[in-house]
Amino acid sequence: MRRSAVTGVGVVAPGGVNREQFWETITSGRTATRKITFFDPEGFRSQIAAEADFDPKAAGLDDQEVNRMDRYVQFAVGAAIEAVKDAGLDVESVDRERMAVTLGSAVGGTMVLERDYVVVSNHGEKWLVDHEYASPFLFHALVPSTLAAEVALRFGAHGPAVVVSTGCTSGIDGIGYGHQLIQDGEADIVISGASETGISPISMACFDPIKATSRRNDDAAHASRPFDRDRDGFVMGEGAAILVLEELESARERGAHIYCEVAGYANRGNAYHMTGLRPDGAEMGEAILDAMSQGGIEPEDIDYINAHGSGTKQNDRHETAAYKRTLGEQAYKIPISSIKSMIGHSLGGIGAVEMAACALAIDRGVVPPTANWENPDPECDLDYTPNEARRRQVDVALSTGSGFGGFQSAMILARPAELQEMGT
Amino acid sequence: MSVTPESFTSLPSDDRRAVITGLGVVAPNGTGTEAWWEATRAGKSGIGRITHFDASQYPTQLAGEVDGFEATDYIEQRLIVQTDRWTHMALAATQMALEDAKYDPDGKDPYRMSVITASASGGNEFGQKEIQNLWGKGPIFVGAYQSIAWFYAATTGQISIRYGMKGPCGVVVQEGAGGLEALWHSRRNIRRGVDFVVSGATEAPIGPYALTCQLTTDRLSTAREAKSAYRPFDAAANGYVPGEGGAIIIVEEAGHASGRGAPQVYGEILGYGTTSDAYHAKKPTPTGGQLARAMRLALDRAGVSADEVDAVFADAAGVPDLDRAEAEAIRDVFGGRDVPVTAPKTMTGRLYAGSGALDTAAALLAMRDGVLPPTVNLSRPAKGCNLNFVTEAQDASVNTVLVNARGFGGFNSAIVLRRPA
Repeated sequence: MRRSAVTGVGVVAPGGVNREQFWETITSGRTATRKITFFDPEGFRSQIAAEADFDPKAAGLDDQEVNRMDRYVQFAVGAAIEAVKDAGLDVESVDRERMAVTLGSAVGGTMVLERDYVVVSNHGEKWLVDHEYASPFLFHALVPSTLAAEVALRFGAHGPAVVVSTGCTSGIDGIGYGHQLIQDGEADIVISGASETGISPISMACFDPIKATSRRNDDAAHASRPFDRDRDGFVMGEGAAILVLEELESARERGAHIYCEVAGYANRGNAYHMTGLRPDGAEMGEAILDAMSQGGIEPEDIDYINAHGSGTKQNDRHETAAYKRTLGEQAYKIPISSIKSMIGHSLGGIGAVEMAACALAIDRGVVPPTANWENPDPECDLDYTPNEARRRQVDVALSTGSGFGGFQSAMILARPAELQEMGT
Repeated sequence: MSVTPESFTSLPSDDRRAVITGLGVVAPNGTGTEAWWEATRAGKSGIGRITHFDASQYPTQLAGEVDGFEATDYIEQRLIVQTDRWTHMALAATQMALEDAKYDPDGKDPYRMSVITASASGGNEFGQKEIQNLWGKGPIFVGAYQSIAWFYAATTGQISIRYGMKGPCGVVVQEGAGGLEALWHSRRNIRRGVDFVVSGATEAPIGPYALTCQLTTDRLSTAREAKSAYRPFDAAANGYVPGEGGAIIIVEEAGHASGRGAPQVYGEILGYGTTSDAYHAKKPTPTGGQLARAMRLALDRAGVSADEVDAVFADAAGVPDLDRAEAEAIRDVFGGRDVPVTAPKTMTGRLYAGSGALDTAAALLAMRDGVLPPTVNLSRPAKGCNLNFVTEAQDASVNTVLVNARGFGGFNSAIVLRRPA
């Protein structure tokens, strides 16, 4: 069976617009949530978000790319430049017909779609909008496949290119898709990951009526409170992460630094409700068991769980139940954390950012904390690594995701067994 | 629940093959598989003046609209108000496809049933209404269903919920190529232990704002007459006409289908290839090199030689550069052989993700009935586009078919389907 190694990591996130700043932020327990500055949030129920202070030029984008790309595409290209460099890949010399791009995004080009809509409709006045006022790259915003097309174009990748849009599990699923392409021999190198920039009026307005987002508007820094008794919803975020996946043997042959490998990936649907979760966590549990079984992983092997931990009442309860039903007593012993406490919930992007956090946790032997955890919730009684990072050897990390549509995903990253034996 | 769901490990197995056992069609020239297929064989086009809204101020005023489609014929009102037209059409087509496959999901192991669809543009009409509420009236006027209706995963999620399908779910986006990718991704999942997949794609891009977005590609026809609008490979090619609808396709593990006595196997998904042009952010590629490579990958994976292919269902962009590139790719792959080439989407317009699925349905029925559906409005091939076009329905022995699909942004996909022996 062909295996996929993670050889490069790139991140654009709130509080840290590159990999090292991101790692510093999430291991220091600092929160990047704030009052929204991108637009005037007056009149919205939730007025806070984790915004990234991203400079596309500093990230390596040229003038034309900045002009034509929606913000979520810019994030992905920036993260991909960093990840490919980190992998030490000379893209000119690799077989780019065997190089794929698999990226997730839940809401795609909504920022440009909304910006142009306001103009062509003259502020929501006209149903029959004036097409003459549309910007020349508006179709690019309508179809989120643009994300994969642009990253493929940037690196001259001629292999499979696809966008995966499974709501808030898009990030894990985008990487899982790339992993399956390597397993099946459809590609040797995959630029995988996800990107999302949904801090815009229409996206915020989506979540207001269903009360999914936090209303702690007067205390933005402490608003994202996964697993805490007083949590009141998620805090919108934005972000992207790219993992370079390579067929493990060829990565070893070229002497690449191997962060870890994808030891298992699975997805299930709850077939229950578009936004609701049953408290038993059964379907997420199935995804976890499948991912563990693929890699021959036992509960005792798992050193860290990076939770979806969105900070909604139902999610954190659901996820805690999923861990208990699959890991038994061991669920109480494994450090768990939600980095959404610090960088918010970037919808389809966050799953990839969380996989990046897992790769770095394995590489650096540190478990990032859950910030803002103060008051225990009887329904969430596991070890959520409150507020402070912990030094810990991490050989195996599990990450889970849950999304609108009922999708549940799980991925396990692990230091390859042959490298574990060498004690690296 | 009569079956205890079993956990399974989704690792790939070469022993598991993917066959197609059910079809459901909602198309501009016919709703219901047989009605659409009869119209398609007869060369009857569904392209006409846009009626969903007053299009007189737009340069493109023609589209392939699905006339007379009533969501209430298929779906309960409670669900209709939570979903966009694109999802309505998919739910209707799913119902047809399940009936066609004679499969009742109730009582089956939910984890072995999956939903994997493609979408290019999501819930356009729903999205425009809600964003108008937001900007015209204010945030509190945005409805609770906006969060679940317009995003690209809505269709897969709703089908999964409606039929209790809990297996690995997927939503793929490759603009016009996504319909084929969804089918192959279904096969990837069949190889990993899933028995039954609701796949395919629909699209509903005929609204004022969605049309405005599409106009910025400069690839839409501005012709006023249906006959002269979407004419791929013709010397008078002048862009394409958008359309709505698509097909839902049941992909099933071969042993599962025979074991339960599925009423028919339309064909097997034998091979697939997908490549990326990585050429330019907006301009179409001038050569067919990467498309030809996708076609060869599909044939190689299928273990089929080009000589065995009985027909090619072309992507047929209707944009001169893209038509030439595809003609070049077909000549390149088939050498001097005059393989029959057809593009029934000339009767529907381009349905984006829906096209790959609908063309697959057409290819499967061509194999079933031994007839190749025609390409309409093709009278004089453009320079560089000389191929053996099927312009009248043609009786033929059709056992192996190659379907091409491309997407804006440089996506090329090709799939090989084979009729059961």
